[in-house]
Amino acid sequence: MNALTHRKRFLRWYFLLPVLFVVGGVVVPVSYLILRAFQADADVVVDLVFRMRNLRLLANTFLLTAGVLALGSAIALPLAWLTTRTDIRFPRAFTLLGVLPLAVPGYVMAYVLLATTGQYGTLARLFGLEIPRISGYGGALLALSLSTFPYLFLNLRTALLGLDRSLEETARSLGYGPRRVLLRVIGPQLRPAFSAGALLVGLHVLGDFGVVSLMRFETFSYALYLQYSASFDRIYAAWLALMLLGLTGTVLLLEARLLRGLLLHRTGAGVARRTVPARLGPWKLPAYAFLLIVAASSVGISVTTVAYWMGETASGLWADLARALWASFSASAPAALLAATLALPIAYLAVREPSRSTRALERLAYFGYATPPLAFALAFIFFSLQSMPWAYQTLGLLICAYALHFMAEAMGPLRSALYQAPPSVEEAARTLGRSPMRAFFEATFPLLRRGLFVSIAFVFLSAMKELPITFLLSPIGFETLAVKVWGYTSEALFGAAAPFALAIMLFSSLFVGLLLMQGNAERDR
Amino acid sequence: MNRVFISVTSVVLAFLLGACGSPEPETIVIYSGRSESLVEPIIDQYRQRTNLDISVRYGDTAQLAVALAEEGEQTDADLFWAQDAGALGAVHEAGLLADLPDSLLALIPDHFRSVNGTWVATSGRARTLAYSTQRVDATMLPESIFDLADEAYSGRVGWAPTNGSFQAHVTAIRALVGNDETRSWLQAMRENGTKSYRNNTAIVQAIADGEIDFGLPNHYYLYRFKSEDPDFPVAQTFFGASDPGNLINVAGIGVLGPSDQYDAAIGLIDFLLSADAQQYFAQETYEYPVIDAVDPSVALPAMGRLDTIAPNVDLDALDDLESTLVLLREVGML
Repeated sequence: MNALTHRKRFLRWYFLLPVLFVVGGVVVPVSYLILRAFQADADVVVDLVFRMRNLRLLANTFLLTAGVLALGSAIALPLAWLTTRTDIRFPRAFTLLGVLPLAVPGYVMAYVLLATTGQYGTLARLFGLEIPRISGYGGALLALSLSTFPYLFLNLRTALLGLDRSLEETARSLGYGPRRVLLRVIGPQLRPAFSAGALLVGLHVLGDFGVVSLMRFETFSYALYLQYSASFDRIYAAWLALMLLGLTGTVLLLEARLLRGLLLHRTGAGVARRTVPARLGPWKLPAYAFLLIVAASSVGISVTTVAYWMGETASGLWADLARALWASFSASAPAALLAATLALPIAYLAVREPSRSTRALERLAYFGYATPPLAFALAFIFFSLQSMPWAYQTLGLLICAYALHFMAEAMGPLRSALYQAPPSVEEAARTLGRSPMRAFFEATFPLLRRGLFVSIAFVFLSAMKELPITFLLSPIGFETLAVKVWGYTSEALFGAAAPFALAIMLFSSLFVGLLLMQGNAERDR
Repeated sequence: MNRVFISVTSVVLAFLLGACGSPEPETIVIYSGRSESLVEPIIDQYRQRTNLDISVRYGDTAQLAVALAEEGEQTDADLFWAQDAGALGAVHEAGLLADLPDSLLALIPDHFRSVNGTWVATSGRARTLAYSTQRVDATMLPESIFDLADEAYSGRVGWAPTNGSFQAHVTAIRALVGNDETRSWLQAMRENGTKSYRNNTAIVQAIADGEIDFGLPNHYYLYRFKSEDPDFPVAQTFFGASDPGNLINVAGIGVLGPSDQYDAAIGLIDFLLSADAQQYFAQETYEYPVIDAVDPSVALPAMGRLDTIAPNVDLDALDDLESTLVLLREVGML
């Protein structure tokens, strides 16, 4: 296709409209954030940026991210190895275990840890088991590691399953011992998977607000929230948001650099050999113990605790629960539809007409996802108050923010579906005289239904458990499940929070189920 | 398939359009710095009585006060219900509060309303020292709030810097001992490892959980825990007579000037000052009622006794919230 027709297609309204919406929706609010930050006097800015406190926040944020990565790897790596490369029994059940913690969002995990530990916690009152209250750095570390290690696990597991056994055998035949094979042969091959998982974990930790606030550990997100809630000081809040953005940008750049120039697939002739499971022998018992501890601490405790507090819940909360459910639904469902509607033309352009500009466009969709939610929401507040005050505190704005933030999750399934739909059918429809739009809807669209459904479901379920964006952008009196859990937990009303936490875990486990289904579908292909 | 696309698009558009509409005119909007768990039941009662549509935006008192100042004439809020007199004073200073009718002001004693007649108290509360009954010797309690900066209390005290009542307390201390002395006290407290909590409930819970031994909450949070569990391992007391630690403050409410729901808003305030609502504050949230017809819960120290130990601060003098926030930021607490 030549450049002219390419440009013409790009300019059709059904491409142009969503593209403009996404560009406008992501770029404009963020520029408002920057604008707002630079509105202050220079010396005020210098005072705000070069505070000792910021240095401490930076150190804390860094410590937490590094800690979560370390602890997460310590859980994910053995788990991935045990479930893929050893003769452990029930590998499928234990694999599920490695993914299920995704059903417990960080702030629910924090709620559980706070409610169970301490001299007046559930454990102490039920079993007389007094564990010091888990909070601060330790608490944030634990809650975030336990709720994010599946990102590492999933990536490492896929990589381990795809390893070529013959490489290891070659290394062994050249005189490498098992330890050196692990370090010099397997390790490097896991690097891309590890950094992909680590990137997700890192973005998650940087963007997290619920856990650090509940655990009272001062990171950039926490300081940003304090600024917002205690004094609504916009300039300092804007600067904190910018610093957080800068940090996220650094992480993204680092990741790109780490992966540059890696070549890991087979180049010669021959077929990759399947692996033979390693025998655990005497290590069997410790291995099972490890698996059980992971299961108990990530999923077991949270489900038991929430179930216990359900018993303490006062009746009459059911009406509240129904209201919160409806609130969550009425924001998440339109957001999911909107996100898929926006993602479809962009994914289409990226797959069918790959060029520098379409790739840039695709990147932009991911930019919204990588922006820390608190900063993203703050940018939306500035933007709406200054240029469209009628939209401030409306459901419409919240829906747009959700859709633009989670659009990246809709891109993946749509892209794979588009790759599978042969362009020739659509082209044949065109030669038979159909308009481009009709040709797409009659020939290609039916093949995308599954991908579209998965896209919508992903965004819907993510928005259901979203906290920071909801918290900042909700209309007056609009309280979703996540806001309820957070509100009650921060007042230490654990019983009242239980039904909402349970509902969130339920929806999130649907999300996990979908993730697994999608993963299986991709592997069968 | 075109039809599918069109129907999907129209569903999305319908949702967006429906969502963008502003709140309906008969909705009363309250900005509440008081927490949902405390006031939602009484608002619900009023909803059921009147069938009025009432929306509440909950937040921290200072956040809402500053948000009101930012929104100015465009605000959707009809009423501002604050955790303390200072924030109401600040909103009054910004010229955003409407005058209340004399008939309403006449319902309560002078010391429970603003001299300018723009807000009334809805309940009274005292700042207290809460402590663990398991780890603190009740005969060795500090005489003054300033003592908490001593070595003996290192890492054992909790406070809530984002909380409206706490910020009002700092404003009162500033009024009593001056800015510099307040700053050095706050600094010393921080260096002493005082822990920050989100709010009063979290402080009381943290004492029970053994994270801290002392805390500076409002008086009524403890009673809620005690009503569920009489053996709850926390107690509270006051500092020595007329110590700045024993501030008595009020929660109060005022009508926003830009509101187009003045009469409905006054009706709601009228209800909050009625015997029924005051009974709720006395019995359910364990606060001090502001009308003489209702008695405080028997569990509380008598109001008469409070008056003898409280420091001498005029509630109308607590309106300089801004300087307090600046001070808290200077010290690094915000």
